[in-house]
Parts: sequence; structure tokens; C-alpha cells
Amino acid sequence: MSRHTLSVLVENKPGVLTRVTALFARRAFNIHSLAVGPTEHEEISRITVVVDVEEHPLEHVTKQLNKLINVIKIVELDPESSVQRELLLVKVRADQATRAGVLEVVDLFRAHVVDVVPDTVVIEATGTAAKLSALLGALEPYGVREIVKSGTLAVGRGSRSITDRALERVRTA
Amino acid sequence: MVQPNPTPAQVAARTASRSADGAAGRTVSGEEVTGAESIVRSLESVGVENVFGIPGGAILPLYDPLMDSKQIRHVLVRHEQGGGHAAQGYAHATGKVGVTMATSGPGATNLVTPIADAHMDSVPLVAITGQVAQSLIGTDGFQEADIVGITMPITKHSYLVTDPAEIPRTIAEAFHIASTGRPGPVLVDIAKSAMTASTTFSWPQELSLPGYHPVTKPHAKQIREAARLLATARRPVLYVGGGVIRSGASEALRRLVDTSGAAVVTTLTARGAVPDSHPQHLGMPGMHGTVPAVAALQKADLVVALGARFDDRVTGRLSSFAPHAAVVHADIDPAEIGKNRPVDVPIVGDLREVIADLVPALEAEHAKVGKPDLAAWWHQLDTWRETYPLGYSPTDDGHLSPQHVISRLGELAGPDAIYAAGVGQHQMWAAQFIRYERPRTWLNSAGLGTMGFAVPAAMGAKVGEPDREVWAIDGDGCFQMTNQELATCAINDIPIKVALINNSSLGMVRQWQTLFYDERYSNTDLHTGHGTRRIPDFVKLADAYGCEGIRVEREDEVDAAIKRAQEIDDRPVVIDFQVSRDAMVWPMVAAGVPNDDIQYARGISPAWDRED
Repeated sequence: MSRHTLSVLVENKPGVLTRVTALFARRAFNIHSLAVGPTEHEEISRITVVVDVEEHPLEHVTKQLNKLINVIKIVELDPESSVQRELLLVKVRADQATRAGVLEVVDLFRAHVVDVVPDTVVIEATGTAAKLSALLGALEPYGVREIVKSGTLAVGRGSRSITDRALERVRTA
Repeated sequence: MVQPNPTPAQVAARTASRSADGAAGRTVSGEEVTGAESIVRSLESVGVENVFGIPGGAILPLYDPLMDSKQIRHVLVRHEQGGGHAAQGYAHATGKVGVTMATSGPGATNLVTPIADAHMDSVPLVAITGQVAQSLIGTDGFQEADIVGITMPITKHSYLVTDPAEIPRTIAEAFHIASTGRPGPVLVDIAKSAMTASTTFSWPQELSLPGYHPVTKPHAKQIREAARLLATARRPVLYVGGGVIRSGASEALRRLVDTSGAAVVTTLTARGAVPDSHPQHLGMPGMHGTVPAVAALQKADLVVALGARFDDRVTGRLSSFAPHAAVVHADIDPAEIGKNRPVDVPIVGDLREVIADLVPALEAEHAKVGKPDLAAWWHQLDTWRETYPLGYSPTDDGHLSPQHVISRLGELAGPDAIYAAGVGQHQMWAAQFIRYERPRTWLNSAGLGTMGFAVPAAMGAKVGEPDREVWAIDGDGCFQMTNQELATCAINDIPIKVALINNSSLGMVRQWQTLFYDERYSNTDLHTGHGTRRIPDFVKLADAYGCEGIRVEREDEVDAAIKRAQEIDDRPVVIDFQVSRDAMVWPMVAAGVPNDDIQYARGISPAWDRED
């Protein structure tokens, strides 16, 4: 199973996210993670979805997505030519004895501590999936209490914007 | 004074003179109206003439201005499902968008089956449902149902309207989406509060559909490649699907058939796309297709799929379907191309344009390399046609043969009539034994297979084509699901004719129980036929519904009954044909089995040539 990151530009209208996720469910496409939010244009939202599929079915995912009336454009963001980031909030046990060790890991990964109580800290980190995975691995021995991860966000490298050309269509539709 | 409902002939006459005073397309700006009036004005502006529906609480405000419309004829049905199937039948028969209306809650949920049906068979349909007032949405209000949510997987698109100012644009968009690209059902759910509020109506509207751009013009390079393959194939087959009918491409297709010399098969949704009388037409492929059609696909070296989707009823076990064939697949929906079968030449486009480009490209290839020598292929195909013709054995219980009844109906009513069927054995026999010569004369629920489709669909077809003879060929199981619409037909001057193929059973299920479940007939006995309690007695039921009821039990009564039905045009006719329940549909490819294992009769399969 390979993982693919799709950046899906959709009309900013109620119910559009439901349509997209319902499509994935009924066509049995597996969503690994999903993030949705506004873009630089008011009428367009972006859904960044990471799917677990093989090559052939990925084509079907995009073709079926394109059939949705509210979907404007779909771009696959290849890890080589895009910047991909996730946000992680992790609650780790850190008492008098172990706090120094935990803080050392935090430093090494250029993460931040955002909450402290006598026996626990909450750490915030952004990075690629690989980096966050390594961070979690390093924190494991101390006792991870809770993990909250966002979906992957991704944007293509270079100067082009996929929303610009999509917006042309919105204006002239 | 209450105006009586217009007869179909009156509506037709009105349509002809409508151009002078019709509302369709007329420019209006900023007129003060209620939301309900805005809906009626919008429907008139997109050219709606016929609507099938039932009023209720949430949609009540709409029905008031609807009553005054001089352009829109509303037919009051007896069940919303009947209204939905009627709108489908209307759309199938005329090519226009079918329109149905229902109230919120249970009214809307009764539309789910026809909407799913329209979705599967790509029928242009707009369903307008009332919704509770905006302030009540999400509070489990009386007759509230999230119909947009419920129908999301089975609609091409849907809208929830709470702002009456959005009404004209929404309706314009709904009709556009339903009728363009791959046609399909669009639901417009309108809150009652939007109908009663004041708003302004203006027309025309600017559509805002940035994510919807169906490609209709095919790529020239793909066309040339397809032409090249078709000009050099030794065993080509044109696999014609329902898309040809939706796109109105029958005439263009005829030229392609003649120019290419290829064999043609028409699927269950495409019957009539190419005349059955055409010498190159092998018949219907698939589970109950003809042996020559199934065999041709299995032995073909080139399959040109036109508006077809490699459905499991046609392919049998997919991995062994058309094993020797290169595939050209032309369709307006890119998601169908390559979905079930890898494709060598994909062509995205409207079939009318695809075929219009393909014919001259093919002629150009012929000029270059000469026409292909298909003599050996046709020799093989003709041998199969002679050895395995479509037929049926006489019944051995002395009762009527259903295939005979349906054959005679097709011969007496002819290719100018319109035939709507339900689902089951009678549907397969109707697809096999009636000779279809024109598109839009065969209506059935192919993809979803909805029992009860026939009577309401025939009703819708008759409203759309009042001057044609319209027959509903129904089974006794199907008939009992939607026969309440006979009341609608009798009261509204919609004289359809119903040929009830009454074998007192759920026939197709019974056939499978005969073949695969050791003749253990679990729950397939309907008690409506000869030797049973006859509940209901269909002749009495027809009479109760204001129709002419005729019972036929012997072969020598068949022709007379059909001719009698043809003479009656002031009320619907129901003929209860009491047929043998042991009649079987052949040929048959059992589910999940390779098409090579087609059975011509029970236990008999063709012996294929070993040298292939």
C-alpha cells in the first residue's frame, strides 16, 4: 500500500467536506489523515488528504472526486516536490527525575513545551511525518500519556499556486 | 371555477403554440414574489411542462401558485415512488428532464428508490422536496428528514435552499447539472420558510459551477487511434450501452455500424439504439444475452465500448471477459473508463461528437489500408446465429407460454410503441423477444433493478409521448408494488396498457431456486394465478381502478385480448395473462461464472471451437 497526498480545492460551501469523506467511505478508499481549512481566496477551501492506495486505484480516487460538483481541482503533491508538515501535541510523563531527559529530547527536535505540571509536560512539534515519528519514539521510554496529531498539510515548492488558476475558473464560471 | 386537468392531447397542442406566450427563457428582472412563486416561475423558465408529485405540509406553499401555472401540468400521483418513476419514464421517453415533487420527511424518503434508480441508469431527473422551516432544521421537527444527507451517495448533486433569493439560480443549476455531462438525479430541498418569505425573481440566471466542466469534444489523436484499430481488427465488436441513447447518438451510430462492418451488441439499457432488424446486430450480451452476442465478445480481438460500463451482468467473471480483445472505451464520464477493464484507447466525450468524428476517421483509414476482410468473422457469427437462435420450448403444463405472449405483443404493437418493464423474468423476455427498432422505446430499471418500475414509468412515458401506444409489461410481483398509479392514469386521462405476465410467483427468484436451490421454493409463491386463491383478482382490481380488465388463459385468446386493448383509448387496460410458472429465461450465464460457460438451456453449453 503506498501513501499519496492529494490537495483538493473545493468550493467553500456547507456540506462539501461531507461529500468528499462520504465518497471515500462508499468507494472504500482508505483515508490516513485529512486536514481542511480556508485558502487565500474566500470562495475556495482546501482539503489535504493522505490516502493509502495502490497506483491504479489512486486514479479512480481522483476521477471519482472530480465528479463531485463542488470539487474544483485536485493535485497530487509528491513528497519530492512539496513541503509536507504535520502538527503534534503530545502529553508526556516528566517528573523531577526525568524532566531533564525529556527537555533534552525537546531541544534536539526543536520542539516546544507548551504546558507544565509537576508530573507531566505537553510538547508541541511540527515537521514531516518521519520527524514526528522519531520524536514519539524518543519520548516513548518516558511514558506517553496522550497524542494529538493534525492531518498533513502540504504545499508545492516553487512559485506557482494551484489556487490562482482554480480561482480563474471560479470567476469566469 | 375549477379547471379540469388537461388531457395529454391538449397539453401537446398547447406546447406547439407555446412559443408565443410561454414563460420559458423569457427575461425578467427583479419581480417581487414569494419564494413559492419564485419556484414556479423558475420551473416555467427552464421549460418544465409536466411534474409528478404529491403535496404535503412542508411543500404546501408551493402548491398554491402551482395551481395557476398555465405552462406546468402537475399530475397528482398516489405514492411518491410512483411520481419519481413517472418522472423517470417521462425522461427516458422524451430525453427531457423529468420532474417530481414531494413533501418533507416520509414524502422525501419515498423518493429514495426512484432517485437511486435514476442515478444508476443516468436518467436526467430533478426532485423538489419541501423541508421544514429553517428554524426547525436539525431539531427532529414534524416530518423532518435530512433528505440531502440520505441521498448524497445516490444523487449527482443536491441543494438545501433556505434563502429564497437563491431559488432561481439553484433551479437553473439543478436542471443544467441533471441534463448535461452524464445525466443524473439532482435533489433540491427547499425550506418551507423560504417558500413563504418575500423575494425577487429574475431570469436568466448566471450559473456558478466552477467545479463542473463536462468534456464533450473528444481528443483527435484518440479518435485516429481508435479508427486505426477498428480498420485493422479481424474480429471487431461494437459494445453499445445506454450512453448512446442518452446522447441521442443512434443515427450517427448507424453510420459507424455500416461503415465498419463490425458486429454490434446492445445492452439492456441500449435496446433500440441500433435496430434489431439490422443484419450486423447480434442481440443483447450478458447474463441472459443471446449466445452469438456473448460469444462474439468472448472471441473478439477488438471491443469498441460506446457509452457502456462493463457492468457485471454483461461481463460475467471479469477476469475472463473478452480475453482476446483490445479495448476502445468511449464515454462522457472519465471515471467509467478503466474502472472495470483496462483500456487501450480511452476516449472522453459526448458520444454524438465521438461517433461523428470517428466515422470520417475510419473512412480515412479505409482509404489508406483498405477495408478489413471480416468474411471469416461473419461466417463464424452466422454459424452461431443459426445454431443458437433465441427461442423457447412450449410449456408442458398446458398453460400459456410467457415468451409467446410477449412476442405476440411486440408483433401486434410494433416498433412504434413504447414498452416499459418491471424487473424479473418478464423483463428479460421483453428485452429478448420484442424487436426494437428505435431508441427510447424500451424503458426499464436496468442498473438498480427496481420492481414496480413498469406502471408508473409507462404513465410518465405516456404523458411525454401521448400519441404513442404505451405498454407496461409487468410481473405479478412487481405489479402489486405500484399498481395504485392506475388510479392516477384513469383519472388523468393517461390510457396506458398493462400486459401482466402473471405466473403467480416471484419468477426470477423461483428460477434460481429451481436451478441452484434444489427446487426449494422459499417464499416465492404469490397466489395470484391459475389454481390459486387469486388474491388479488387482477381483473377485479383493474375494474376497481377504473380500468378495463381482461383475463387470458389460453393461447387462442392472446391476440384478441391485445387487439381489444389497442381499441380502448379512454381508460387504461390491464390484461391478466395467466402463464406457466415453470417457464425459464435462457440463455443464462450464472453469477460469477465466466461467459464461456453460458448455458443455452438447462445443462447445455455451446461447444466452442478448439482452434481459437
